[in-house]
Amino acid sequence: MDKKMNDLLEDFPILKEMINDEKLVYLDNAATTQKPKQVLDTIRYYYEHDNANVHRGVHTLAERATKQYEQVREKVVNFIGGNDPHEVVYTKGTTEALNWVAAGYGATHVHAGDEIVVSYMEHHSNIVPWQQLAAKVGAKLKYITLTADGQLDLESAKHVITDKTVLVSLCHASNVLGVVNPIKEVAQLAHQHGAIMVVDGAQAVPHMRVNVQKLGADFYAFSGHKMLGPTGIGVLWGKKELLAGMRPLEFGGEMIANVGLYHTDFKEPPYKFEGGTQNIAGVVGLGAAIDYLTEVGLDNVTAHEKSLSKYVLPKLQKIPGIEIYGPSDPDIRTGVLSFNLTGIHPHDLASALDMDGVAVRAGHHCAQPLMKYLGVGATARASFYLYNTKADADLFINAILEAKEFFSNGSF
Amino acid sequence: MALSKLSNLYRQVIMDHAKHPHNNQPLPQADHEIELRNPTCGDVLTVQLKIQDDKIIDVAYTGTGCTISQASASMMTDQIKGKTTAEVEKMVLGFSDMVLGKEVPDMERLLGEAAILQSVAQFPARIKCATLAWKAAYQAIEESENDD
Repeated sequence: MDKKMNDLLEDFPILKEMINDEKLVYLDNAATTQKPKQVLDTIRYYYEHDNANVHRGVHTLAERATKQYEQVREKVVNFIGGNDPHEVVYTKGTTEALNWVAAGYGATHVHAGDEIVVSYMEHHSNIVPWQQLAAKVGAKLKYITLTADGQLDLESAKHVITDKTVLVSLCHASNVLGVVNPIKEVAQLAHQHGAIMVVDGAQAVPHMRVNVQKLGADFYAFSGHKMLGPTGIGVLWGKKELLAGMRPLEFGGEMIANVGLYHTDFKEPPYKFEGGTQNIAGVVGLGAAIDYLTEVGLDNVTAHEKSLSKYVLPKLQKIPGIEIYGPSDPDIRTGVLSFNLTGIHPHDLASALDMDGVAVRAGHHCAQPLMKYLGVGATARASFYLYNTKADADLFINAILEAKEFFSNGSF
Repeated sequence: MALSKLSNLYRQVIMDHAKHPHNNQPLPQADHEIELRNPTCGDVLTVQLKIQDDKIIDVAYTGTGCTISQASASMMTDQIKGKTTAEVEKMVLGFSDMVLGKEVPDMERLLGEAAILQSVAQFPARIKCATLAWKAAYQAIEESENDD
C-alpha cells in the first residue's frame, strides 16, 4: 500500500488544511474519518443527476435513485460477508442500529429475569439501550470483565453468560483499548446457552475484513462515517428470521404494505424498518466508501495501521510518565492508542497538540464505565487510519514531547 | 513554535492556581452544595457554599480536572468570598459572557484576577472547562434562593 500512498493522500483534500498554521495531522479517526474525493464526488453526482425519492415514482429518475439505493445494499452485504441484501437495514448509524435491536427486538424477546450481557469496554451506545431495556422489562444487565492488559476476559465470559442469558452484545473492536474481541468464541458461548450475539462493529468494519456469518453474529451494526462515508448513514445487519420478529420503530410512509383505518400491515424486512424518506445520498455515499475501501483492500488497510502502530507504540512507550491503556504488544493492537501523561490532564494535552495541528480526542470516549474500570477520569486518544503516515506519527510524538516540556517546565 | 499561542491560555497565574488551588477542600459547615460534571471529559467538580443573609460567608470546591477547570475554580472561590449572592450571580453571568468573547463592562473590577481567563475565548473547546465551577456556584445560589 505504501507505493500507492501518495496517490491515496491526494484523494483527501482536507488533509491539506492548515490548523493553527501547521499542517493537519488528523488522528481522531475513531471519532470520524475524513472523506475521499470519490465519496464526495459520488454524492454530488447523485444530487446533480439522479436525485429522486426511492421506491415511489414510476419516472426514470425515481428508478435510477431506487436502483442505486438497492445496489448499495448488495455492496454492503458482500462487504461484510452476508449473503442476503434483505438482511441489510439502513440506519442513521451504529447507535440507532443498537437502539433498534434493543427496542424493536429486545422489547418482545427479553423478559423479566432474563440476562443481557455486555462488557466493561463498551461504548455508551452499547450500554445505555440495554440499561433502558433491562429496566423496562425487568431483565438483568451483566458485565464481562477485562484482563489486566485490557483484553476481553474469556474466562469471565464463561461465567457471566449463563442459561438465563438471552442476548450478548459486544464491540468487535474497542474504541479505547485498541483490541479486537474474540467475537467468534463469545458467539459460540452465547449460542450454547440459547442467547443471540449482537455486535457493535463501528470500530471494526472500517479497519479489517469482517465476515458476519463466520463470526456467528446474529445482529451486526456499524456506521458509514467511520469508514470514509458520510455522517447520518449506518447499517444494521440481522439474520432474516430475527429481523422478521423485530418490530419497526418508525411508522409512516414506505414501510407499509397496506394501511386500513385502524390496522396496518408492514412490509417485509428490511423495508418495514425504513419508514419515511431515507438518507438516500448517504446510502449512495456509503456505497462509494465501500468501493474505495475495496479498491485499496481491507487487508492492506489493516496491515498499514498495524505497521503504524508498531512504529509509534515503542516511541510512545519511551516517553517518561506515560501510561498506555490496552495491551503493550502492537501485534494484537489496532490503530487506536489511548494514553495519559502524569501531571497533564488530557484536555490540556489535546489543546497543546491542537496548536501543533495534531487532532486527537481527549475525554471519556463515551465509555464512562470503562474509564471507571481503568481508574481514570479521562484519557487522550490517537487513532490512525489508512491515510496516516509515519511522518504523522513523528509529528504526533514530537507534539507530545513539546507539550510535556511546555507543561512541566513552564515555557510561558 | 506553534505552542506560543498556548502561552496566551496557560499564563503563569493560571498555572499557579492549577498547581496550588485555593479553597480546594471540603467545607464541613457548608449549607449548599452542587456537583457538576463536564460531560465532554467526565470531570466532576463539587462547589460548597456557606451563605448567611444573602452573603457568601465561605466557599470551597473539591474534584479534579484540567488546568483550566482547576484554575478557574480556584479563582472563582477567591473572588466570590464575601460577596452578596446578587453580586455573585452578576459575576457568573459576566464570566460566562467573557469566555464567550463578549464585551463585559468593567470586567476587571467585576471578576478581579479571574479576568485573566478571558483568553479562554480563543479556545472554544475549553469554554466548558472554564465555566464549570462558576455554573456550580450559580446553581448553589439559586438553590439557596429557592429555600427562602
